[in-house]
Amino acid sequence: MDGALQQDKDRRFASRIVSRFSHASPITLVLVALAFALAAISFLIGPAHFGPRALFFGLFAPHDAATIVAREIRLPRALLALVVGAALGASGAALQGLFRNPLADPGVTGVTSSAGFGAVVAMYFGFAAVNPLVLPASAIAGALATSTILYFLSRSGAERTALILAGAAIASLATAMTALAMSLAPNPYAISEMVRWMMGSLKDCTLADLALATPPVALGIVLLLASARSLDALTLGEEAAQSLGVDVHAARRRVVVGVALATGAATAAAGAVSFVGLVVPHLLRPFYGYEPARLIWPSALGGAVLVSAADIAVRLIAPDGQLLVGVMTAMIGAPFFIWLILRIRRES
Amino acid sequence: MSAAIVFDRVSAGYRGRAVLGDVNASIISGQVTGLVGPNGAGKTTLLRVALGLLDTTQGDVRVLDRNLREWPRDARARAIAYLPQGADAHWPVEAWKLVALGRMPHRAPFAPLSPEDAIAVDKALARCDAVQFVSRRMDELSAGERARVLLARALATQAPILLVDEPAAHLDPVHQLRLMELLREEAAQGAAVIVTLHDLALASRFCDEIVVLQSGHVVSQGVPDEALSDGVLAAAFGVTVLKASSLAQVRLPIIPWRRL
Repeated sequence: MDGALQQDKDRRFASRIVSRFSHASPITLVLVALAFALAAISFLIGPAHFGPRALFFGLFAPHDAATIVAREIRLPRALLALVVGAALGASGAALQGLFRNPLADPGVTGVTSSAGFGAVVAMYFGFAAVNPLVLPASAIAGALATSTILYFLSRSGAERTALILAGAAIASLATAMTALAMSLAPNPYAISEMVRWMMGSLKDCTLADLALATPPVALGIVLLLASARSLDALTLGEEAAQSLGVDVHAARRRVVVGVALATGAATAAAGAVSFVGLVVPHLLRPFYGYEPARLIWPSALGGAVLVSAADIAVRLIAPDGQLLVGVMTAMIGAPFFIWLILRIRRES
Repeated sequence: MSAAIVFDRVSAGYRGRAVLGDVNASIISGQVTGLVGPNGAGKTTLLRVALGLLDTTQGDVRVLDRNLREWPRDARARAIAYLPQGADAHWPVEAWKLVALGRMPHRAPFAPLSPEDAIAVDKALARCDAVQFVSRRMDELSAGERARVLLARALATQAPILLVDEPAAHLDPVHQLRLMELLREEAAQGAAVIVTLHDLALASRFCDEIVVLQSGHVVSQGVPDEALSDGVLAAAFGVTVLKASSLAQVRLPIIPWRRL
């Protein structure tokens, strides 16, 4: 009996150690370091030939030649890549947790394209000229409309394939509406910029874009982080989560609004960059014990890393700026999506 | 003997479709109460009402002498643990982490697991014979092993009331017996245990009290021998049964009886 008790104690001790250590993952530190490194590289890459020194001091100099490039072009682009990636990565992780579906992603489910539609309407029909805040607000409204539809679909018991198919339908509709809006737009440049909105690009973004995007993205991610515990409980299903004292409806609303804020604001700044929220949480999940709560923050970091890397890649591949960052993420993401579907089919 | 849950003329349903009508029943602490009845009789609905997941259209539910509506959400979660039918994990988390979710009602938002939480988790795993799975992922376990881990999750809450919906379905005979013994142990420690069962042999043998539901109504309640009378079984289930007293006349059926 004593032996058994001791064994039990040892086990208890061991399991507590296990749980303590799995809290901090070295992967998180790697992601932070990568995000910093890629942002620095992104800052140094571009058609204007300035050395790292000139660019760095250009940030602080009053009227250096490098100042305009550093402050107005490189810095916003490097930072916006982080912000957009963080928004999409965290949104993907939270949606997947909420719907308990590894295929859920703001792009696949049409949230991004709806945000793009909202942004285009604000931009090319002159509403954004009235007040710059109208642009992100309109994109957020578009994202919110779609995430709310998904919310009601999942509440009425749509299973995971149905949810993704509905999202795909919404995505095509939103893309078509975006094309329609741009064809009808009084702005003569609208058509030529259509691709940029539909695929997403960080080219030519400004400090103002960054300033407009960052607060809603930050607020959105905070809302998603605040839902983390509920997402963990949802691992057991909705009824069990409710029996554990989780207000599932409130958690759903928080995620829906958080995703709309983050994805909407990111899309208003960079267009509809897709598949980031699909790929990143899936790759990181095993490192965080498959726990939805622990995955949100690393997915934000991972998204920042992926979008920064993609944005560096498009500039290295096509220095003339003709390759869009969303093309890059889609070329990685779409095959990944298909592979994921096949894998899920095999498992079930 | 105090009533942990009292259903007082409870009616409930979904979108106008009445499922439960005028249900009166008392669930006693320290006992295992078996909830039996044919498919669609309203067993799960009754559990959902007791949990506050479904509002009553009429009548009241009293939990530990207090109207269910007056219970704050987290206090209620500490008082009633629930294992839904066909429960499973949607992500392949580690078994220990999954069981630790049962401690959620005891933890403040963003608070880490306390040593008491860790002890409760380990105890629950040990009681469900699932200690060997602590660091295994849920997708590496068999259906029966997962069922044991999920039961441990419910036990980890250490709630005075335990509602278990059809837990025996995926278990092999030895673990069915272990499960029923475990529920009896919980009751012996003072918990009120409600378990829905399709297996009448398990129900009649391991439950102190049986509530028979049919079409949303309680058709009988009492100790197994009385509640599961031939008349009730014929009316509710449409079957005749073989009882130990009549065994001499027929070929004996095999009933898993004791664990080795």
